[in-house]
Amino acid sequence: MNAPLLSIDNVSVRYKLPGGGSLTAVNEVSLDVADSSVVGLVGESGCGKSTLARAVCGLEATSGGSIKFKGHEVRKLGMRRRPEELMRIQMVFQNPYASLNPRRTVGSQIADGLRANPQQTSWSVAGLLEEVELPSDVQQRFPHQFSGGQRQRIAIARAIASGPELLIGDEPIASLDASLQARVATLMRRLALEAGASLLFISHDLAVVRIIADEVAVMNKGVIVEHGTSQQVWEQPQEAYTKRLLAAIPAVDGLGTLPGEAAS
Amino acid sequence: MTDILTQQTKRKRRISLPPAFRTPLAITGAALVLFWLLVMAFAPLIAPADPLAQAFERLQPPSAEHLFGTDQVGRDVLSRVIYGSRISLPLSIGLVLASMIVGGTLGAIAGYFGKAVDEIIMRLADLVFAFPTIILAMVITAALGPNLTNAVIAMLIVSWPAYARVTRSLVVSARQQEYVVAGRLLGAGAFTSLRRDVLPNVLSPVFVLAMLDVGTAILLLSGLSFLGLGAVPPTPDWGAMVAGGVEQFSSWWIAAFPGLAIFTVVMAFNFIGDSLRDSLDPHTQDAVQGRAM
Amino acid sequence: MVDTQNRADRQGLSVRGLTVSIHGKPIIRGIDLDLVPGKITGLAGESGSGKSMTGLAMLGLLPDGSKTGGEILFDGRNLLECDEREYGKLRGARIAMVFQDPTASLHPMLTIGRQLTDHLRVHTGMSKRDAMAKALETLERVKVPDPATALKKYPHQFSGGQLQRVAIAVAIICEPEILIADEPTTALDVTVQAGVLRLLQQLCDELGIAVVLITHDLGVMSSLAERISVMRGGEIVEEGPRYEVLRRPQHTYTRSLVEALPNHEPFLEGAVESAESRPEVGS
Repeated sequence: MNAPLLSIDNVSVRYKLPGGGSLTAVNEVSLDVADSSVVGLVGESGCGKSTLARAVCGLEATSGGSIKFKGHEVRKLGMRRRPEELMRIQMVFQNPYASLNPRRTVGSQIADGLRANPQQTSWSVAGLLEEVELPSDVQQRFPHQFSGGQRQRIAIARAIASGPELLIGDEPIASLDASLQARVATLMRRLALEAGASLLFISHDLAVVRIIADEVAVMNKGVIVEHGTSQQVWEQPQEAYTKRLLAAIPAVDGLGTLPGEAAS
Repeated sequence: MTDILTQQTKRKRRISLPPAFRTPLAITGAALVLFWLLVMAFAPLIAPADPLAQAFERLQPPSAEHLFGTDQVGRDVLSRVIYGSRISLPLSIGLVLASMIVGGTLGAIAGYFGKAVDEIIMRLADLVFAFPTIILAMVITAALGPNLTNAVIAMLIVSWPAYARVTRSLVVSARQQEYVVAGRLLGAGAFTSLRRDVLPNVLSPVFVLAMLDVGTAILLLSGLSFLGLGAVPPTPDWGAMVAGGVEQFSSWWIAAFPGLAIFTVVMAFNFIGDSLRDSLDPHTQDAVQGRAM
Repeated sequence: MVDTQNRADRQGLSVRGLTVSIHGKPIIRGIDLDLVPGKITGLAGESGSGKSMTGLAMLGLLPDGSKTGGEILFDGRNLLECDEREYGKLRGARIAMVFQDPTASLHPMLTIGRQLTDHLRVHTGMSKRDAMAKALETLERVKVPDPATALKKYPHQFSGGQLQRVAIAVAIICEPEILIADEPTTALDVTVQAGVLRLLQQLCDELGIAVVLITHDLGVMSSLAERISVMRGGEIVEEGPRYEVLRRPQHTYTRSLVEALPNHEPFLEGAVESAESRPEVGS
C-alpha cells in the first residue's frame, strides 16, 4: 500500500496568549492527501484551517502529532534555507495584494519559482503566464499594474513554476469577485493535476470546493467534524455543523429565498 | 469575461524624484543644496582670501572689501564661511549616511530575526536613548580626545539608534507580508529574504528620515564645535565660528554669517525631506489593500 | 411607532444619466437607477464596474478630481448640485451607508454608545439620555445580544457579524430614507452572513427604507434584491426583476456572471445564448 503524499497525524497547534492561558487553534487533526488528488478543507474563520496549512508548509510549529511529506518530517522553518525535500510543498495565499513583491517585475518573481524547480524543465516565464491565462508579454510589468484576479494568477504561476508535488491554496479565491472564484479554483485544480501534483484547497466556500475537490474535510473550532467525498458531504451531510454550513449558502435562484439562520 | 489590465495612474512604488521635486519648496531646497555643493567644490576659486590668514584689520564690520567683515584675529569671515562648507557639509552628510547604514542594518537584523538578537540590539539602543544626545556626544568626544574625527565617531554612536528603531518596526511589519513568506517557501534563506524582499520595501521611509536628519547632524556638529569639542581652531567650522563670534557680541557679523549658513543648509534639507515624505506617503497607504470599485 | 407614521412620507431616490469621471477618466458613463421605499434594489457587477462609485456619488463622497453629470434626484433636488454643507445635513440622517468592513467603518477608540449617539444628537438635537435610549432601542432592533452592555463596549470586543449589525445600527439610527449597503456581508462568514441578510430584509420591510445593495455576490443578490441592475464598465447592461435577470438574462454579460457560479439554477427559455456557444438554429 502506498503511503500518502501528505500525512497529518494527530496534529495540534497551540499558542500562548499574552496574559496567560493558551489557544488551541488545531486540536489533534488527522488528514491524508494522496498522490494526484484534490482535497478541500472547509470551515469558517477561526476554525484553524489556515493554521493547519501554515503548519504543513513549516511556517508554524506544531505542539503535538506529526506531519509527514513523502516520509519526511515537516518542521518549522528556521534561519536556513528550506530543506530540499520539503521544497516540493508550495502555497498560494489569500491576499493577492500582498503576495507579490511590489518592487520587482512579475517576470522575475515567476522566475524565482523556475529557479527552485529541481528538474530543468522547458518551462518559461512566458509559457507559465499563458498557462494562467495572462498575456505572455507582461513580464516586465510591476504588480500594481494588475488587478487582484490577475495577481492571484501570477502567484499561481510562481508556485507552479517550482514544480511542486503538493500545492496548498490558503483561501486563494476569497478576495476575488464571485464571477472569478470558480474559474481560478478550476485553474488551480487543472494546473496542479497536470503537473502531477496534489492540491490542498482551503476555503470557506463549500460551493466552489465541491466542484474541484475529490474529497472534503469540514473543520470547526480546530477539529475536523466531517470527512468524505465531495458528493457525500454536499448531498448527505452527517454532522449538524456541516448541515448548517450548507443551509447558509445563498441560492442563486431568483426567488428571494433567504439562506438558513446562523446559530448564535 | 477576461480581466481588463488596469491602467492605474498611481506612481510606481519607488522613490520617484520628479514628483517630489515639483513643489516650490523642494526646488528651493534642491537649489540651495546645489549652491552649497558648488561653493564646496570651488572654494579656492571663490574665496577672496586664505581662511587661516590673520592678515587683515581685526573686527572690521562688513564692507566692500570684506563682505562679511573680519573676525577677532583679522581673518576674512567670508572666506572662512566658504571654506567652512568643506567641513560642515560633508561631515554631516557622511554622518547621516553612516548612521543610516549602521542603524538600519542593526534595526533590520533585530526586526527580522527577533528574539535574543532583537532584545540585545534594542536594549543597546535604549542605553543610548537614555542620555540626552548632546551630553552623551560631548562625553564620548571628550573621552576619546577632542578632535573632529572623534566628534564624528561620537555623533555616530548617538545617532544610529533612531534609525535602528524605525527600520526595526518597518521590518517587523514587512516580514509578515505574504511575498516575503513566499520567498522563503521558494528556498530563500533568512539573509537573502531580508536583503531581497524586505529591505527594498522599507528603505524609502528610512531615506526620508535621513534627509530630515542632515539638519540635525549639522547642528549637532556645530554644537560640539561650539563647545570646543569638534573642530579645533583655527579650522573654519561653522559651529566653531559661531562660538568664537558669540564672545564678540558687538561684532555681530562674526557669528551671524556662519549661523546663516547653517540655517540655510538645515532648511534646504528639511524642505527636500518634507517633499519626499509627502510624495511617498500615499504609497505606504496603498501598499496592501486595493480598493475594489 | 414613529416608523409607520414616517412611512407615508418616505420617498425614494432616482438616478438619471449619472456620469462620473475621475481625473478625466470616465468611471460611470450614464446610468439610471430607481430606489423605492421598502424595496431592496440590487446593483451587481465586478470590481471596476463603477458600482461602489455609484453609492459614493449618492452620498457626495466621490474622491478629489471627480466631475459629475446627470442627476441624482432626492426630495425634489438634484443632489449633485448640493454643496458640502447641504450634504452634511443629509448624510447619516436621510441617506446612510453600510460598508464592507465594520472594523474600518467604525471608530476603534469610541464606545458603541458614543458612536450611535454622536451623530444622532448632531442631526436631531436630542438630549444625551434620550439619545442613549434610542441607541438601546436600535441595538435591540438589529438583534445585538445584551444591548445595554454593548453600548459601553468598543468595536474590537465584538465578532465580525455582531460588529456589522452595530454598523447597521449606526446607519439606521436617524431613520434614514435611503440606505446604501456596499458589500455588507462579503467580509462575513457564511453562517453569520445569513443572519445579517435576514436583518437587512427585516429592516427594509419594517422601516420602509429604500435600500440599494451593491455587491458582486449574486447569491446575496438573489436573496435580497427585488430588482437587479447589472453594471459593467460604468454602464448598466441589464435591469429587471431578480427572477428574470438571474434565470432569463437578456445580456450575454449577465449570463456569463451567473454561469460563473458553481451553484446557479438552470436558465429558462428565453435566456440569451452564452457568448461562447454557437447559436443553434431553432433553439
